Amino acid sequence: MVTVEEKFPKIRDGLLNPKVLTAGEGPPVVFLHGAGGLRWGGFLDDLASEFSVYAPLHPGLHDPDDIRKIDTLWDLVLYHYDLFESLGLESPAVIGHSYGGMLAAEIAATNPKSVSKLVLMNPVGFWVDEHPVLDWTAMSPDALVNAIFADPEGEVARAYLQVPEDEEEFKDFTIARTWAIACTSKFTWPIPDKGLKNRIYRVSAPSLIVWGKQDALVPPEYAKEFSDRMVNTTVRTEMLDGAGHMPQFEQRKKVSGLVGEFLRS
Amino acid sequence: MKVSMFHLMPHRELPDDFEDRYHSVWVDPPWSELADPERVGQYYNWTLDELIYADKMGMDGICVNEHHQNAYGFMPNPNVMGSVLARSTDNAALVQMGATLPTTHPPVRIAEEYAMLDCISGGRLIAGMPLGTSADANFSYGIPPIVQRERYREAHDLIVDAWTRDEVFAFNGKYTQLRYVNVWPKPIQKPHPPIWVPGGGSSSTWDFVCEKNYCYCYLSYYGNIFATKIMERFWERVEQNGLDANPYRAGFLQLVAVSETDAQAEKDYEKHIQYFFNKCMAVAPEFQAAPGYQDYKSLVNRVKQLSGGRAEQTGQWKEWKFKEFVDRQYVISGGPASVVDQLKDAVKRLRVGNLMVLLHIGSMPHELTLKNIELFSKEVLPHVHDMWDDEWENHWWPEKLKAKAPAAVVG
Repeated sequence: MVTVEEKFPKIRDGLLNPKVLTAGEGPPVVFLHGAGGLRWGGFLDDLASEFSVYAPLHPGLHDPDDIRKIDTLWDLVLYHYDLFESLGLESPAVIGHSYGGMLAAEIAATNPKSVSKLVLMNPVGFWVDEHPVLDWTAMSPDALVNAIFADPEGEVARAYLQVPEDEEEFKDFTIARTWAIACTSKFTWPIPDKGLKNRIYRVSAPSLIVWGKQDALVPPEYAKEFSDRMVNTTVRTEMLDGAGHMPQFEQRKKVSGLVGEFLRS
Repeated sequence: MKVSMFHLMPHRELPDDFEDRYHSVWVDPPWSELADPERVGQYYNWTLDELIYADKMGMDGICVNEHHQNAYGFMPNPNVMGSVLARSTDNAALVQMGATLPTTHPPVRIAEEYAMLDCISGGRLIAGMPLGTSADANFSYGIPPIVQRERYREAHDLIVDAWTRDEVFAFNGKYTQLRYVNVWPKPIQKPHPPIWVPGGGSSSTWDFVCEKNYCYCYLSYYGNIFATKIMERFWERVEQNGLDANPYRAGFLQLVAVSETDAQAEKDYEKHIQYFFNKCMAVAPEFQAAPGYQDYKSLVNRVKQLSGGRAEQTGQWKEWKFKEFVDRQYVISGGPASVVDQLKDAVKRLRVGNLMVLLHIGSMPHELTLKNIELFSKEVLPHVHDMWDDEWENHWWPEKLKAKAPAAVVG
């Protein structure tokens, strides 16, 4: 059983107030979550068995005022260097899922030395007219479920969709989820293509791209958009069957195995 | 009291099964399946004729607004309509409700266009300053919801500065940087035209209008009973801010449909009211408020209060007949005497001095709209016009129109 702790580092003398979930011991790994918020699931448990896992909440998700203090994507990238520093992390491995994937790529491109290894899981960051990324800010719950899971009726999807039964807890859950999309979409609205294509060539960290083949939210065609542009590093791409946009949930074992092996290598 | 006719300029002839066949009336309804440009030209001209007729009949003001990508009301630029109205009317205030601040770039464009309207109309402009709906600003015009209010405040400051400062100045905003601000023309009204801020009941907007001493207009289609609690809270906020309870601080939009008798009103208007609520209001839930459209405080308030209030807003009117709409005061309708009674009751309860009435509703044809305008102006307006005036002055009305006698035509 993994014990998850909460950390509240101070950035710029407390101007910004992040919250970071952390567990495990070993080489440091940062996990940047997707637009809907952070769910500590089995994949992070697996990682924590041999790494020190740091999973920050995106700015604003802990202290709602923080999001007003970060104006641009440029500010957001620099904020993450400050965050790494405040956690005592020097060139950690960085895993980014979905929105967090775009962010991880931006961080690794802006200062290539700041990231030792890069894992991108179903990241956003590009736009191809033939394969539109669906608008996750405006999807009915049903449409979203159908888009992000290979098997929307499956056990994993059902467990993922479980919401609190208690009314007050459900309200808090609703607020947290809505606000998570509100804050993260500041940097992706209305189309999640904010110039990464001009910068990603700079990434030098060895990289692993993991994509669920049945991802209807961010189509798997985008895997090549990433790998083709990452010309200054080695990129391994793993396309997984039986997974959609949430491979770390639908194919936890496989993803944990692949990522663990890559980080160890 | 001042009473202005509001017009949405909706699509008047949507198919009967529109709400079942299409995803949403806003953002993604397919134009080529649903509309014909020549017919739509007719709608625009009817709309202009109806508002010009309202001026002729003695209504105090005429209102247009800005919305995008929808069949609910599509005047993408209200100032295009406003310029026709400025030229074709003589007495009514031009209530532009209005050009949307966060989506107009650079925002001095609004300062310029509003000033043009004020000049053309001889100082009859009321400058509405809307935040914009989520469907418009976020989904149709690409503004990130979480910055919409900040953009609004900044645009507001720029527009007011552009009107009131004599020197050429630099504006160094987060969203707009201009090295030389020097708008031509500037408005006739000094220091600037009256500013009205439309809103949907958000406390952030109340704080803003209190801070600036503007008129707040609650725009809702759920009628004056539903609005009672919200306006009570607005007036509490006004008091907390140490401001007087001048009813002219508040505007309210009410659907009104007058006929010769109560029975005739039902015959004349029932299907148009049903059309309005079932079709024009059929906005897909996901386009109603993008995450971040409400700031954190408002989001928490809304979610925590979800329960009774929500049922009021989720299309429970699908099976309603005329009677239900009138009983709940979504619409004030009937013969003139009954409309006068309902209206007086509503205006007193909400404490509203600047009333807006939607006299064209949904699919109402042109002739019926003219009848509604005529009956309202002749048989209703004279009976409510003098409300509040014994005690309060309307500081939010164009100076040159203040002295005007009430409607000349008395039935």
